[in-house]
Amino acid sequence: MTDSTAPAAALRRADLSEERLKRRYAAEKRFRAYGLAAIFAALAILGILIGTIVWNGHTAFVQTHIAMPVYLDPEIIDPQGSNDATVIQRADYQGLLKTSLRERFPEVTGRRDRIKLYGILSNGAGFDVRDRVLADPSIIGTTQTIWVKSSDDIDSLVKGYIDRDLPEGDRRVKDNEIVWIDSFAADGGVDTKFNTTFFTAGDSREPEQAGIWGAVVGSFFTLLITLVLTFPVGVLSAVYLEEFAPKNRWTDLIEVNINNLAAVPSIIFGLLGLAVFLGVFGFPRSAPLVGGMVLALMTLPTIIIASRAALKAVPPSIREAALGVGASRLQVVTHHVLPLAMPGVLTGTIIGMAQALGETAPLLMIGMVAFIVDIPGGVTDPATVLPVQIFLWADAPERAFVEKTNGAIMVLLGFLILMNALAVLLRKRFERQW
Amino acid sequence: MDAVAEAEAPQRALRNSPKMTARQVDVYYGETKALKNIDLDIEENQVTSLIGPSGCGKSTFLRCLNRMNDVIDGCRVEGDITLDDVDIYRSGLDVVQLRARVGMVFQKPNPFPKSIYDNIAYGPRLHGIAEAKSDLDDIVEISLTKAGLWKEVKDRLQAPGTGLSGGQQQRLCIARAIAVNPEVILMDEPCSALDPIATARIEELIDELRQNFTIVIVTHSMQQAARVSQKTAFFHLGDLVEVSETEQLFTNPRDQRTQGYITGRFG
Ligand SMILES: Nc1ncnc2c1ncn2[C@@H]1O[C@H](COP(=O)(O)OP(=O)(O)OP(=O)(O)O)[C@@H](O)[C@H]1O
Ligand SMILES: [Mg+2]
Repeated sequence: MTDSTAPAAALRRADLSEERLKRRYAAEKRFRAYGLAAIFAALAILGILIGTIVWNGHTAFVQTHIAMPVYLDPEIIDPQGSNDATVIQRADYQGLLKTSLRERFPEVTGRRDRIKLYGILSNGAGFDVRDRVLADPSIIGTTQTIWVKSSDDIDSLVKGYIDRDLPEGDRRVKDNEIVWIDSFAADGGVDTKFNTTFFTAGDSREPEQAGIWGAVVGSFFTLLITLVLTFPVGVLSAVYLEEFAPKNRWTDLIEVNINNLAAVPSIIFGLLGLAVFLGVFGFPRSAPLVGGMVLALMTLPTIIIASRAALKAVPPSIREAALGVGASRLQVVTHHVLPLAMPGVLTGTIIGMAQALGETAPLLMIGMVAFIVDIPGGVTDPATVLPVQIFLWADAPERAFVEKTNGAIMVLLGFLILMNALAVLLRKRFERQW
Repeated sequence: MDAVAEAEAPQRALRNSPKMTARQVDVYYGETKALKNIDLDIEENQVTSLIGPSGCGKSTFLRCLNRMNDVIDGCRVEGDITLDDVDIYRSGLDVVQLRARVGMVFQKPNPFPKSIYDNIAYGPRLHGIAEAKSDLDDIVEISLTKAGLWKEVKDRLQAPGTGLSGGQQQRLCIARAIAVNPEVILMDEPCSALDPIATARIEELIDELRQNFTIVIVTHSMQQAARVSQKTAFFHLGDLVEVSETEQLFTNPRDQRTQGYITGRFG
């Protein structure tokens, strides 16, 4: 049968014209361009964000030190010559530093000028001297040049955050302080050194003595509580709902409510924690224990949902196979389904933990926003966490806290990236084709 | 009831009563009735094949025989199904023990994502058939040999079972079912995913297995039913239309609908 004799065709042949083809190619090209543009926009925004944080924060990792020649006067450090560490520890090293400052700038005489002069060093500069002496008591009685921390204003000046050309009245660092610091600088006695304090100390009112270790430990204890509470509860709930519970209106209701719970603003959980954990049960305020419990409420739905998704992804044929050789339903779950779902469960858990690590609002409600200098030693000690520490520092007026804030953000982001990388790694490592 | 069943057991051999029986079996999925009033006997050491158009309830019936329907929400089975004259749906019967006696091979090969060895050893370990490593090794070898797979995999027992070809995977699944040493093996279209050569091997295998096991097989291939089975049951729209000796059913069907199906007029 040929085309000419065929009755009018009900279906037309595909239009293979050049023009259609061109239009399709153009549309595809345009779509690709939009996609690329979107990705570049996203990357650019991320770049700007990270860039400003790093730009503002990288100086937090160094601290201005001044080389001070100090006469380690045995009369002051250890008058009895006892060589006892506890005595040496308690001596007035700040006083020694003041003495050598006076000797270096004998022309400074007035009481107020002297206080200004002492102020170029940190209140904690004496600890730098003490640590040197404790490390090697034999240097008592000699004169040593010791690098000690400068005050935060001097630190800002040296790092270039304070404009020397401003009129003196508008400057936090006055002319005479600039003269003193320049005199040290002329002898090569001013330098920025790695800021160990930032990584080892707790919070402080003095920026140069403030560190994030307290917040890191607080975050660790808080997340520990969260993990211990959510992982077993979340996984067991998911397993029960997915593998054992009958599918009826009750389980539908539970499912809907778990999803709702995941969408509740976190501050509500904070209020709940305040009312119930602190109010009714009387748990300690500001403690990682309560913080972890509040964050557990928030993380639980995430873990349940992720675990259920992971369990669902295990093909039913595996369950049938196991049932077919006579495994009980529990054995099907423990021998086959759960191990196969574990990478997904762990990924969900890590992502939930990462969320919890970055959470601030609910912790404010239960008092983890207090100013805490000591490093917490347990889950019931008052503590703060990284994001709350950032919040606190961002609120502080001193210029030097700006870089601390950004430095702390960098540390927090570092932890978050680490956790997410771990999640990706797990997923990649255990990815499976059925 | 049990006592009676046991008392009757010796006579069973004399009477030559069937291995499994189904009497007035109705199966519902929710409100819809998928099987209506099925009466069927499954004879010991025979291959019984179930044929019929798609959706007629063959798989549903097969899954009644080892209570795999239990795990389907909303599925309800009524009527009596017996294994060695004991009702398998009576309360107090342990389904795990039932499935150890009535094994199953599925349409799609579904090895566990574990080693070939562990695939086979899983069932025996589960049922305490073998504890010692050497016993397990024997079971693995015997099962794989019976399933005709031993020669191909004996050098890579620790390789993952999912890495085998489709036909090998299906034979692995058969070996896995055999390893528990069940009395009855249910096979749901075991060859539907396989090429003609692999199919031929499995058919051969089924014929050999008949010596030791009672086999029920669902198939869409009438040639296959004719080749491997002694008895054939034809299902249609949830009814058991006709059941008789395979040869009889294919050469001289009693029912119009059977006639129509085997001559290819519908299905
Ligand atoms: N899990 C289920 N829930 C609801 N209905 C079901 C379910 N499984 C099967 N059915 C229905 O029961 C009927 C019989 O299905 P069954 O799977 O037993 O057919 P079958 O004969 O095995 O078909 P096929 O040859 O295509 O495998 C069909 O109408 C089907 O839609
Ligand atoms: Mg079927």
